[in-house]
Amino acid sequence: MAKIIKKEMLNTNVVSMTIEAPRITAKAQAGHFVMLRIDPHGERFPLTIADTDPFLGTLRIIFQVVGGSTIKLNRLRQNDDILDIVGPLGMSLAHEHVSHAIVIGGGVGCAIAYPHAKALKQQGAKVSFVAGFRNRELFILRDEIEQIADEAYFTTDDGSSDRKGFVTDVLKELIEKQNDVDLVIAIGPVAMMKAVANTTRDKNIHTVVSLNPIMIDGTGMCGGCRVRVGNEYKFACVDGPEFDGHLVDFDELMLRNSAYAQQEKHICQLTKEEEQ
Amino acid sequence: MIKPLKTPMPVADAEERNTNFYEVALGYSHQDALDEASRCLQCLHKPCVASCPVNVDIPSFIRAVKEERLDDALSIIHQTNCFPSICGRVCPQEVQCESTCVMTKRYQSVAIGRLERYVGDHANVRVDVKPLNHARKVAVVGSGPSGLACAYDCAKAGYAVTVFEAWHDIGGVLRYGIPEFRLPKATVDKEIDLLRTLGVEFECNVVIGKTIECHELFDMGYKAVFLGTGAGLPTFMNIEGEGSIGVFSANEFLTRVNFMKAGQPTYDTPLLAGKKVVVIGGGNVAMDAARCAKRLGYDTTIVYRRSLNELPARQEEVEHAMEEQIHFELLSAPVKISADQQGRVRSILCQRMQLTEPGPDGRCKVVATDDEPFEIETDTVIVAIGTSPNPILIRSTKELKTGKWGTILVDHNQQTSIRHVYAGGDAVTGAATVIEALGAGKKAAASIIAYFSENPAG
Ligand SMILES: Cc1cc2nc3c(=O)[nH]c(=O)nc-3n(C[C@H](O)[C@H](O)[C@H](O)COP(=O)(O)OP(=O)(O)OC[C@H]3O[C@@H](n4cnc5c(N)ncnc54)[C@H](O)[C@@H]3O)c2cc1C
Ligand SMILES: Cc1cc2nc3c(=O)[nH]c(=O)nc-3n(C[C@H](O)[C@H](O)[C@H](O)COP(=O)(O)OP(=O)(O)OC[C@H]3O[C@@H](n4cnc5c(N)ncnc54)[C@H](O)[C@@H]3O)c2cc1C
Ligand code: SF4
Ligand code: SF4
Ligand code: FES
Repeated sequence: MAKIIKKEMLNTNVVSMTIEAPRITAKAQAGHFVMLRIDPHGERFPLTIADTDPFLGTLRIIFQVVGGSTIKLNRLRQNDDILDIVGPLGMSLAHEHVSHAIVIGGGVGCAIAYPHAKALKQQGAKVSFVAGFRNRELFILRDEIEQIADEAYFTTDDGSSDRKGFVTDVLKELIEKQNDVDLVIAIGPVAMMKAVANTTRDKNIHTVVSLNPIMIDGTGMCGGCRVRVGNEYKFACVDGPEFDGHLVDFDELMLRNSAYAQQEKHICQLTKEEEQ
Repeated sequence: MIKPLKTPMPVADAEERNTNFYEVALGYSHQDALDEASRCLQCLHKPCVASCPVNVDIPSFIRAVKEERLDDALSIIHQTNCFPSICGRVCPQEVQCESTCVMTKRYQSVAIGRLERYVGDHANVRVDVKPLNHARKVAVVGSGPSGLACAYDCAKAGYAVTVFEAWHDIGGVLRYGIPEFRLPKATVDKEIDLLRTLGVEFECNVVIGKTIECHELFDMGYKAVFLGTGAGLPTFMNIEGEGSIGVFSANEFLTRVNFMKAGQPTYDTPLLAGKKVVVIGGGNVAMDAARCAKRLGYDTTIVYRRSLNELPARQEEVEHAMEEQIHFELLSAPVKISADQQGRVRSILCQRMQLTEPGPDGRCKVVATDDEPFEIETDTVIVAIGTSPNPILIRSTKELKTGKWGTILVDHNQQTSIRHVYAGGDAVTGAATVIEALGAGKKAAASIIAYFSENPAG
């Protein structure tokens, strides 16, 4: 059981929760995630640890309400308890001797990219943050990003705010102009991560992506989270979720993530109906 | 006159049971138990005892059953095995205790497992609850049979035991792997309750090596640590098409179905809809996955590379699977999985195999024949070809020495390369059996007890 200390909406569909979990917080590093279960009939699902306050023993999760489990989680309020929370899981990648990193977030992926920007900044790297959203209503963490990054760029698909276009447009310019970029971290929709990896491939810039396959246990026991990296299968929960973007088979990941789309739509519909 | 055959086990009707998850083997009646107990010859040299990995005092408990002293029978079993209801159901008795039963010289062996199950299910437990010595704290990592057995013996010795488990519920494979129709979860709960009565504490949702590092357990006041983290990491075949939608490890399939209750209307975890399933492998895990799939309405085929004689699963489960209309493609090995345009499994291509003459070790090798490969149409493939030890704790605990397959290395006292850290079960041996894991947990407990006895201040 873990108590929700604070809950806020970051936009109409993205929720931030601060949760009391001192043991997990004490160990959490950028890139780690937790597995949650909301009620005894619920599924186990992963969310990234977006921030921690080691002093208060709290961690923050930021999630997009997309289906049954995230709807259930969003029903909980301040002072409610989350039934099960396990972590911190995954490998946190240490990026040493980075001089200039471009950290790219797509939509809610900004929440997962943010702790990386923070960690890189703390170790003295220059950080350029590129955040992309579909439109201005979906912006999250703008203040935090502007505060932490040396340079922050925002794009919207529809041009409703800042620059119209995709994160890769900004990325291309940045790597054309500046030749000190030695790390790119991209987190967001699979298609975006794939596009970023393709952009940096020719330039040979080390590119890290954070993959989001479907997970059940999150501890290396089901193999459901397997992703093809290089020419072998890796388990995202224990070997990742971060991998070398130039080696990931994004197409297979997209395919596998769509496996339950039909059933999930059904559960999601039921959960919504219950709500009414 | 001694009856030549085992007293038969009443079982649910095959045509009906393959559509539900109720228990298949229904258990002996009082009369069945008395009949079977009277088949035991009460051998003085009792070879059966030596072939049980924990040396249950088989003739003594059977005599108690015969004399209708059921609670005594349970006390006798509990001296060496805390889980008779579980082991009676899942031990591969035909290669363990029953394999050396004197009766096998002429007849069928005594049905030791069935009797053990009868005692576990029907006798009243007598426990001697000691006040716990909180200066002697023991941490057990993993709540599978090895961890539980270690916890049981340590608690019986009066130590304060905490079991840490990564999942949200206790039992390891007993909980998430072995299905309800073979091992009802109520039975698992009942036997685990015994540990709670003894004062064992359980902390779920804690991953040692992540939430708490192994060495930190000592800072928390634990004086000894047992690692029973199992061998849960599934192996895949590394053939083309294994990333297709509809290919699962048996662990994933069984976890979804048994543990997360996928497929039951009020539970959220989804199950991919399918009509046909091919299960690759021939062990208990393959049988369980196949029989679960059958119960969910799949037309089910098991593909195994050797022949019937080599099937490593418990004999009874193979018989039950056949009765339940599960098809077997023996001497066949998968080569390739084909998918449709949406990436969903469409078929699996298999190669016919043949066994060679036995080599010097008596084992036959299996080699491909020259036959053309054949195709089985299917929408689901479940891979049950083995597992290796869970890597999380091993990776984070650098001082822990491991062997070739990532198994934790221990000495004959289950002591690892780290002082006061013991290990046992599948994490040490690779995938094995419940009773072997239980035995290893007990052995580690004995080492812990010896350590505390040598250090009375500890
Ligand atoms: C390591 C990891 C970290 C993650 N961190 C975050 C995070 O910080 N914030 C956040 O909002 N989300 C995160 N996710 C994704 C999150 O786990 C899923 O959104 C969530 O499980 C969906 O559950 P649901 O029941 O609400 O929706 P579902 O009903 O399960 O799914 C709704 C839709 O999303 C798709 N989907 C399901 N699971 C995933 C998945 N893992 N990835 C992509 N699409 C999926 C489904 O096919 C369906 O179309 C993370 C995923 C992983 C693997
Ligand atoms: C489907 C299936 C059917 C089987 N059928 C039979 C049968 O009929 N008869 C038989 O004798 N054997 C059978 N077996 C084998 C038997 O179940 C195992 O040999 C036995 O369970 C091993 O016990 P264990 O205690 O070593 O590990 P497990 O039972 O695997 O338990 C390990 C536990 O440790 C937990 N864990 C792992 N890492 C950590 C960590 N870092 N921190 C905290 N917790 C952790 C895991 O979550 C798990 O609960 C079967 C196995 C399977 C999978
Ligand atoms: S514990 Fe298993 S091997 Fe030992 S006597 Fe019982 S059934 Fe036989
Ligand atoms: S060997 Fe068989 S007959 Fe002899 S004591 Fe053991 S169970 Fe009884
Ligand atoms: S989520 Fe099960 S192995 Fe990764």
